[in-house]
This record gives sequence, structure tokens and C-alpha cells, in this order.
Amino acid sequence: MSRPTAGPRHLLSVADLGRDGIREILRLGDSFAEVNTRAIPKVPALRGRTVASLFFEDSTRTRLSFETAAKRLSADTVTFSAGGSSLSKGESLRDTSQTVAALGVDCVVVRHRSAGVASQLSRWLDCSVINAGDGRHEHPTQALLDCYTIRSRLGDVEGRRVAVVGDIAHSRVARSLVAALQALDAEVTLVAPATLLPPAVDSWKVAVSSRLDDVLPRADVVYLLRLQRERQDAALLPSLREFHERFGLSAERVARLADHAIVMHPGPMNRGVEIGAEVPEMHCATITEQVANGVAIRMAVLFRLLGSGAAAEAAASAPSGTRRTAQPADSVPADPAPGARRD
Amino acid sequence: MDAAALERALRRMAHEIIERNGGTEDLVLVGLQIGGVFLAERLAALLAEIDGAAVSCGSLDVAMHRDDIGLRPVVVQAPTVIDEDLTGRTVILVDDVLYTGRTVRAALDAVCDFGRPRAVQLAVMVDRGHRELPIRADYVGKNLPTRADEMVDVSAGGVSLGVVT
Repeated sequence: MSRPTAGPRHLLSVADLGRDGIREILRLGDSFAEVNTRAIPKVPALRGRTVASLFFEDSTRTRLSFETAAKRLSADTVTFSAGGSSLSKGESLRDTSQTVAALGVDCVVVRHRSAGVASQLSRWLDCSVINAGDGRHEHPTQALLDCYTIRSRLGDVEGRRVAVVGDIAHSRVARSLVAALQALDAEVTLVAPATLLPPAVDSWKVAVSSRLDDVLPRADVVYLLRLQRERQDAALLPSLREFHERFGLSAERVARLADHAIVMHPGPMNRGVEIGAEVPEMHCATITEQVANGVAIRMAVLFRLLGSGAAAEAAASAPSGTRRTAQPADSVPADPAPGARRD
Repeated sequence: MDAAALERALRRMAHEIIERNGGTEDLVLVGLQIGGVFLAERLAALLAEIDGAAVSCGSLDVAMHRDDIGLRPVVVQAPTVIDEDLTGRTVILVDDVLYTGRTVRAALDAVCDFGRPRAVQLAVMVDRGHRELPIRADYVGKNLPTRADEMVDVSAGGVSLGVVT
């Protein structure tokens, strides 16, 4: 299927959004965060739509977060997980995903251990595709919720000094996060042993350091990454204890941070390795906020893809006998698309 | 309708609200984003001035409750701000123009997510007709018969009528 030119249909990488798209989603995030505080935290925006989660790789928070987001928008959800599926009977990725799409879903949220799977599905399927993590490549909604968390704690992302610490080489979170932070004009420093830096780190246009203690006093945000031992294919570290000594954010190191600085982690955490055992409960840590913000941001992403965007653009260009003329009270004003509501 | 006429209409509506509800106790004004918000704030100030007690005022974005999502671009404008439980309160929805009634229908759905109001009333600055749903306003600033191709603009400077080009 060719991608339509009008409106975003997929979210495959942070680059798909660009600076304006990221800002738009953060702004929408405020509206959906408010919905989550209501006595009945549910809106009918995506009633009648179906969102399928296709998780070929394990996940706790991302899958539950997307499903919660879809349900709070009144969409129906169906879930596929690799265990207990026909994959074990030899069904291919293409056949499996087309089977799920044939159920009549409007959006597929996909996670897979191989980079590029989401992009491939966007070519195979008619519905919207959201990348919920593909190999070491990207995890765009995580980056968006992280930017939202920085914005809500520190006011703005622009100009903030963010240290991303740990296993960057194997992290899709780092790739998406750095792209998003750069789009929003934050100052990024990667902190890792040389063996855990990505091979093409020069092309990332970020500062690199191997000394965490030098970076900490100036940092507004310390973003910790788990050692992705399931993805590491060689002995890259002498020992976990040595990694913790040099790169782990212990409570003593937290004491050297600026007062306003925050400590972030995408989870799952390995306490005592990249993060000191007591750090997640400290005030500077935003780990549970990140999870809560994730629901609002994923609602914003789903709403942007399914509630406005492509379907609306298509309808606006189609002839309609019932469409009304522009009217600030009963239609939504400040429509950015010129002529979209003109008869 | 100029700014002074708008102000006189608001003042009359404030008196009507107090008369009908026997005061301002338990009232919550909710302005619909964007056009109704400044009117709700102004009405709340007038009610406080006339009755001598502060009146709660919030704002509501109904975009997520609209019935035309997916039919045309629906823009979420600004976060809703309703800081209290609406259960047992009398909610007065405030908007600038009442037209098809679809925005008000969406707003009725939305306010019920904040509790179970004792009553919901509707105040609009302009009722321009052309209803598509069985909805009417309790307080009206001005009844303004219009054609469908006309456009009503309400601002602090007054009410004006234009033609959609």
C-alpha cells in the first residue's frame, strides 16, 4: 500500500513527526493528561475503532500503556502476543500481521526484536502502524513521553542539558530520545564506556563522555538506561559491579546533582546496576511519572492518527452532503487547514 | 451589537441566572473552549458582583466528545479546567454561539464525566437558529436569525455577522 500524502498515518520513528509534530503531541498530552484526572477518565473520541497490539517481544509497561490509552479513548483493543500464537506453527510475520489486520483493525501497535518491522508492516497493511519498539532502532512513544515528563517537571525541553547514561549501543530508547531532544533543542551528552557506545556515534552530533562524575553537576536531566544483556552478544563489560562503580547513579552521586535536576529511567530497572537501589524513591526520580505520562502521550498519538489526521483529511476532500459551513461556535475553530471546511 | 450592548446583555443574563436559581449557591459556570471561556469568566465576575459571593468557573474542551470525529479535522484546543466534583452542583454551560446544538450535546456528555450535576443549564450570547438536535438555551444574549452561509463572530468587542467566502 502506498502511504497517503495527506495527514500522518503511521508513527514509525521520531523523524516522522519532526519538531512541529513533537510539539503538537506534547500539547495534546496536556489535554489527555487532564482527561486522566476526571472522575470518569474516558472519552468517546475513538468509539468504534479497534487498536491491535502485536507484541512479538516481551513488554509490560508499553503494552499495558497502549491498551489503557486506547480504552480511555473508547477504542476496542485486541492483543496478540508471540507466546501461544500460531508463530509456533510456523506462520510468517507477514501472514500473522495480515491476519490481525483482516479482523478489521484501524491501528496496529507493533513491537519486534528486529529493526524495521514497523516500517515493513506499514507497507503491508492498510491500517495505521505505531512502532512500539523495533530491535535497537526506535521506540518513538517512549521518547515523546520522556520529553513530556521533562517539560512538565522543568518547564521546557529547549536548552536543557540531558545526560543519557548506560547501554546506548543496544538501546532503541536512546535513539528515539536523542532524536526528539535534538529536535526540541536540548543539549545531549552520552555517557557510557566505549564498548556500549553505538558504532556510528560521531554522526549523532552529541557530546560524548566516559566520566559520569564530570557530567553530573551540570546536568538538568540524568537519563539512565538498562544494560540490555539480552541484546549484547559479547562480553562488553568486565563486571556489573565495575559498571555500577563507574556509571551507576548511586545516592551519593544524586547528592551532587543540581537541586532541580531529575533522574529518569524508561524501565525496567535493574536496581544496584545502572541505578542505586534507593534512588527510584527519591523526589528527583520521575520513573512512575513517566509511566503515568505514557498513557496521556499514547492517547495523544492514537487520537492524532485515528481521531484527526488522515481519516479526517480524506473525509474533508470527499464530497459530503451534510457538512456545514464554518462557524466558530458549533464547529471547532482555528482550523489550520485552509478550505478544509468550506463547501 | 457593540461592546456596551454585549455587557448589558451579560448583566441581564447574570440577573436571570440569579433569579432562576434563587442565588448563586452551588453554581458552576463552564465556558466551552474557546469562544465561551471569556463569557463564562465575565458572567462569573458579574454574578459575584451582584450576589456578593464568588462563583466557580471552569473551561471545557469538547473536541474528544464530538460526533464528527473522523469526518473532518477535529482540533483539541486547550486542556479542560474543572477543578471540582460536579455532583450535586448546578452547571451552567456558557458558549458564544448556539447553532446546530452539536457542541452542546458533546458538552453534556463531557460534564457528566466530572460527576452527576443536579441540573445543567445553557447560556449563550447568540442564538442563531438552525438546530439539528432538540436543544435550547436557558439564557440568551441575543436571538439573531441567520442564513447557513453567514458567520457569527462574538468577541469582547461585540457581536458581528459576516458571510463565509
